[in-house]
Amino acid sequence: MSFWEYANPKKFMSFTAPILPVVTIAALVCLVSGLVWGFFFTPEDYRQGSTVKIFYIHVPSALMAINAWFMMLVASLIWLIRRHHVSALAAKAAAPVGIVMTLIALVTGAIWGQPMWGTWWAWDPRLTSFLILFLFYLGYVALWAAIDDPDTAADLTSVLCIVGSVFAMLSRYAVNFWNQGLHQGASMSMDAEENVADIFWYPALVAIAGFVLLFIALVLLRTRTEIRLRRIRALETRARRA
Amino acid sequence: MELVVTDLACARGGVPLIEGVNFRLKEGEALVLRGANGIGKTTLLRTLAGLQPPLAGMIECTEDQSAYASHADGIKAQLTVRENLEFWASVHGTSVEASVFEAFDLVDLRERFAGTLSAGQKRRLGLARLGVIGRKILFLDEPTVSLDRFSVKLFADFLKEQHLAMGGIAVIATHIDLGLEAPELDLEPFRAAYDAGGSSDEAFL
Amino acid sequence: MIALLLRDLRLAVRAGGGFGLGLAFFLIVVVLVPFGVGPEAEILSRIAPGILWVASLLAALLSLDRIFALDYEDGALALIATSPLPLEGAAFVKALAHWITTGLPLTLAAPALGFLLNLKPEAYWFLFISLALGTPALSMIGTFGAALTVGLRRGGLLMSLLVLPLYVPTLIFGAETVRRGAEGLTTTTPLVMVAGVTAGVFAFLPFATAAALRINLR
Repeated sequence: MSFWEYANPKKFMSFTAPILPVVTIAALVCLVSGLVWGFFFTPEDYRQGSTVKIFYIHVPSALMAINAWFMMLVASLIWLIRRHHVSALAAKAAAPVGIVMTLIALVTGAIWGQPMWGTWWAWDPRLTSFLILFLFYLGYVALWAAIDDPDTAADLTSVLCIVGSVFAMLSRYAVNFWNQGLHQGASMSMDAEENVADIFWYPALVAIAGFVLLFIALVLLRTRTEIRLRRIRALETRARRA
Repeated sequence: MELVVTDLACARGGVPLIEGVNFRLKEGEALVLRGANGIGKTTLLRTLAGLQPPLAGMIECTEDQSAYASHADGIKAQLTVRENLEFWASVHGTSVEASVFEAFDLVDLRERFAGTLSAGQKRRLGLARLGVIGRKILFLDEPTVSLDRFSVKLFADFLKEQHLAMGGIAVIATHIDLGLEAPELDLEPFRAAYDAGGSSDEAFL
Repeated sequence: MIALLLRDLRLAVRAGGGFGLGLAFFLIVVVLVPFGVGPEAEILSRIAPGILWVASLLAALLSLDRIFALDYEDGALALIATSPLPLEGAAFVKALAHWITTGLPLTLAAPALGFLLNLKPEAYWFLFISLALGTPALSMIGTFGAALTVGLRRGGLLMSLLVLPLYVPTLIFGAETVRRGAEGLTTTTPLVMVAGVTAGVFAFLPFATAAALRINLR
């Protein structure tokens, strides 16, 4: 049995039905434990005080904002190459989740930035990049919404997603060039121990896992909704023709 | 040169319309498509012309010899009749012969802006494109819309004498009699079943 | 391909083609800005590079929906798609025609409008060269956006939403060139990046545009 069999909508539905509650519960457990641990059981940073704790929401949501777009890119490529409907619908389902993640990252960034930098918004490269990413998400969602025929919509949004990915990376570079910012450097890179002490690092990992699981749960849920919508549409079309 | 269509099925908007169409046309032969509105004549012609992929089946014809014409004939109002035709000629790497203007009764209109033509005159100009581009296999969708009887005769004569007699092939969807000695293909029996395969919704049912 | 280019240029300059509208729009935007920010020469001279770039970007945006919409409505696009002309080539030519009718006049007119905004004398050359290198990219990206939305009845607004984020790199590098030129800094890097974006855009987007057109013609 090949992996691609799960790309059949019916297979996908029956396969994900038992998985969805598990992922949802795991996401909630990770989120709650990671955030409670991070908020209440870590010491306050000697420079940043308690404001640093917003980091447990800010960093995971920012990570997922980018990863959601990346997932949409992969799903779009799969749709264009292999024409699996579930793939196109999963890309469609992920976009609003990505928008919300981007918004959370922007808002928490502003809240964190106010006491740290003394301003809600600065045209710092990373903030600006996220704002641009937000615009890309808006365009993608708007294009899906504007086209009636689902296959045409899937094709055109996939093309847009691929072209948009290239331009998003280009914009990231351009924005870096345009303004060297205030943002602290990579605080969550692979050699994270050097930047962040273990005591902050472990709850952050749990929170990140929570956001990843939350993203998966939401995308599964929304993809299942999209599949059901398509199924209703298909049944209605057939009923009209019969 | 031949046009061979085998077991062709086509869809519009992801819904299968017709299936199992077979025919074979040799040089100098034409085929007239018949059928009620909405049965899929336009879809079939667009599929044959390569504007949309077939759902199933094969279309074999000489590469780069086919042309498509519908009632939307791409005439630019701000260009003169001659400029319109010259554009399509140079896109196809041919030139505009004077005989084309005569064949479609456009001699006096040659330097008129296409925007000032009547609906019927515009249609004649649109059809004159077919005489300019030098394509051997024509897919014509309702070519005689808004033509008077005289113009219909002009067009039928063009098809017979300057296209089919020169070894051309034509597939025509029309509701009127062009006076061609061509077999007719009624699409009614080829109407796709409501649960025909290949629909874009298939995977969801 | 030359035939298509000539036809598009001819259509643009004849009555109703809308040639010059973009230029007039450019002028109006540039004239309106001082009303908004005040007449102090110093402020205007500081923001002039950005204003001129943003205004030319908006002027280019204005005429984008005409690129394919008319040819789509009257059937010419389907006929071009079935002609020997490759659709990728048609996309390229359409972008080129759009640039000649909007980007090129903007590039030539921008230095003149620089006077209105008190642009520093050192910056004129950089304004001209950055627009000359950057506006072709605006036309090509816009052609792609127009191809995505050609089948939609009210695609204009949606197209702006799709196209404007794609303009960000060109805008940043273009305006940066002029700004650095005005301050007497070295401009090589942003200028090379403007040219690089344009080259890359013309190498890849004709294919994406043709793909979008084929999907919309289906």
